[in-house]
Amino acid sequence: MRREKREEGTTVKAVTRVMAILFILCFLTTSTALAEDSFNLNKDGYSTSYTYTYDYWGDVQESPDAYRIKTVIDTVSLGLENMGGVKLTKPQSLYVRGHDLYIVDTPNNRILQVAYRDLQYTLVRVISEVKGAETATFNSPYDVFVDPENNIYVADYGNHRVVMMDEDLNLIREYVKPTDATFDQGQDYLPKKITVDVAGRVYVLATNVNKGLIKYEANGTFVGFIGANPVRVSMGEYIWKRYFQTKEQRAQSTAFVPTEYENIYIDDKGFIYATTTTFSEYDLKSDVAKPIRRLNGLGNDILIKNDTYPPIGDLWWAEGDSSYYGPSRMTDITVFEDDIYVVLDRIRGRLFGYDSQGVMLWAFGTRGSTTGAFVRSVALEHMDRDLLVLDEVKGSVTVFTPTEYGNTIYEAYRKYNDGDYAQSAEVWKDVLRMNANYPLAFRGIGLAVMRENRFQEAMEYFKMAHDRESYGRAFKLYRKDWIEKNVWWLVLVLAAVLIIPLAIGRVKKMKWEVIMHEHNKVKAGV
Amino acid sequence: MSTTKSKPVSDASSRAAARKAWWDRYVHALKYSLHVITHPFDGFWDLTREGHGTLAAANTFMLLFLLTRVLKLMYTSFQFVDVAVQHINVFQQMGSLLLPFLILCLANWAMTTLFDGKGRFIDIYIAMCYALVPYILIQLPMVLVSNMLTFEEASIHTVLLTVSVIWCAFLAFVGLMQIHDYSPGKTLIFVVVTVVGAAVIIFLILVFFSLLSDALGFFVSLYREMAFRLN
Repeated sequence: MRREKREEGTTVKAVTRVMAILFILCFLTTSTALAEDSFNLNKDGYSTSYTYTYDYWGDVQESPDAYRIKTVIDTVSLGLENMGGVKLTKPQSLYVRGHDLYIVDTPNNRILQVAYRDLQYTLVRVISEVKGAETATFNSPYDVFVDPENNIYVADYGNHRVVMMDEDLNLIREYVKPTDATFDQGQDYLPKKITVDVAGRVYVLATNVNKGLIKYEANGTFVGFIGANPVRVSMGEYIWKRYFQTKEQRAQSTAFVPTEYENIYIDDKGFIYATTTTFSEYDLKSDVAKPIRRLNGLGNDILIKNDTYPPIGDLWWAEGDSSYYGPSRMTDITVFEDDIYVVLDRIRGRLFGYDSQGVMLWAFGTRGSTTGAFVRSVALEHMDRDLLVLDEVKGSVTVFTPTEYGNTIYEAYRKYNDGDYAQSAEVWKDVLRMNANYPLAFRGIGLAVMRENRFQEAMEYFKMAHDRESYGRAFKLYRKDWIEKNVWWLVLVLAAVLIIPLAIGRVKKMKWEVIMHEHNKVKAGV
Repeated sequence: MSTTKSKPVSDASSRAAARKAWWDRYVHALKYSLHVITHPFDGFWDLTREGHGTLAAANTFMLLFLLTRVLKLMYTSFQFVDVAVQHINVFQQMGSLLLPFLILCLANWAMTTLFDGKGRFIDIYIAMCYALVPYILIQLPMVLVSNMLTFEEASIHTVLLTVSVIWCAFLAFVGLMQIHDYSPGKTLIFVVVTVVGAAVIIFLILVFFSLLSDALGFFVSLYREMAFRLN
């Protein structure tokens, strides 16, 4: 009887225990759901504020606007309707030299030169022909470049040539299809993007050429190709294609060819920045895809990437077939004088600004037909710190100008680069006042504070910025200071730790000896 | 009469004595872990066969292990770990260690019991918990030490952590060998088999719950349909 009762008791206990465990499990699941709410982005890449940054964890952080819309240049504002009424239709490219803006109106075979004077963008002239032995027109020009002497280079796509002419549109030189054996003579020469360095060497990005940029000397002779994308084939892919696919399958599947570049830009130091939009999205975060490159004279990528994530635009995106989905595809790039570069994403119509170390400064923009949003953004240029974005569907150029926040970042960055840490720290503090989620500001202040030997404070700033190396340096100095200050305490504690057990051991030993002595005496007595 | 009167007294004293004995045994079991991790072959053999290890001590180690893990994530200097503290759920972290541990123990027991392994489930659990002791002994102090190291000294940190993990893995291996009285080769085979078994268990659990939710969904929709028709 009694035994049964006890068993009943234990079963009741067991049941309560099980209930308790279930209860805890329920609690666990609810707390999991709560934890996920703290991610402030539904990872479709769309639910962001207009301007944002990514924090160390790759989470989107809302940010004040770094740029605001200054004006929109379009058919109406240029007064094109009064000049024969040919509207801007699907313009393809922009170029800025000084305060002159060139808009390439591809289907209308013309280039519009727009001057920015007295806060007004006014049409100066329409470039639609080149004066040579006989006057020739363009055939769907895709790009334009203007050198410091105001010589104009046009990528005359439909006429298979790049034209160089002087300010008054007199033909100077033509850059035509290379007769070299390295260029496939069977295919058309279709120059799409051009850029020219200080020595007058012309770099051409041509359709269907995957060997890199076509390079000409200033006198028009073809030199060769530079900056070809190295072909990467994984072992698995190679074995699969080589040994397991039938001939028909192999013919159908994509060949191992290097990808073509999307756009090029030459900075004032002569480095060519290139973007590419053909890559596997899984290669982005591991920095294999390299959508943005900075090519040196040998054509090697020397872009600096010192941030947690490589510069790839958005870090999160939804996967799918929609043209709105997928990773950012950089359709154009422009570089400021202090190596800050801005890229234009055509997928979500966004601009991403990066500093020379590859740290994202800000991101803004979206898709749409309102002002400040883009339907199909194709080209990007800068005039001083203003950014000009060309939308081919809207047929307009949106001009953005930095806000106080944007300008403060630039100022702090400039002072920081000049090595003026104390001054830059003051400006970074202004940035923090406007946006408390700005890691660069924390690091900038940290460096300044460290210069003043306030190591503990510097450590806190570096911790906020997640800058481990700088934190380590500050901590090392702090630790040294601390040890020097507390050396006597340390010696005391060490002495205590060593001496007290020794003393205790000695006392015990003495006691033991006394006891043994007494013992022996007793023994001897017996 | 006297017996009835003295009974509660003796009951209480015997209970106190039992508690004392239990406590002594518990403390001994805790101390014995130091012997186990330094002399794994003898230690694991005597752990269950000589009754040196107890379930209470094993549970203590398990708890300390989970605690170490969480403390490590929360309080290691940010120079050495990459943890988004704001996104951490302590219970989730603990669960994601405890559950696989238990499933692996279960899988190991299920497999070895068919191939004359000598260990009972409880023996395996106790042995595996004892194998976690180096992790606790090294990583818990390292949480503190990490806050005294700089980024350049990260190698010290990494090496010690690696040592603790390798030590634990070695202990787990020897533990399984001694508990089941297996040869090293057989143990190795059964480590692989255990992992496969754990995968099967997880698969069965998933199937069970998905079927359960399907079945529940069926009844829920049945009820809704009926409620809709009857109205």
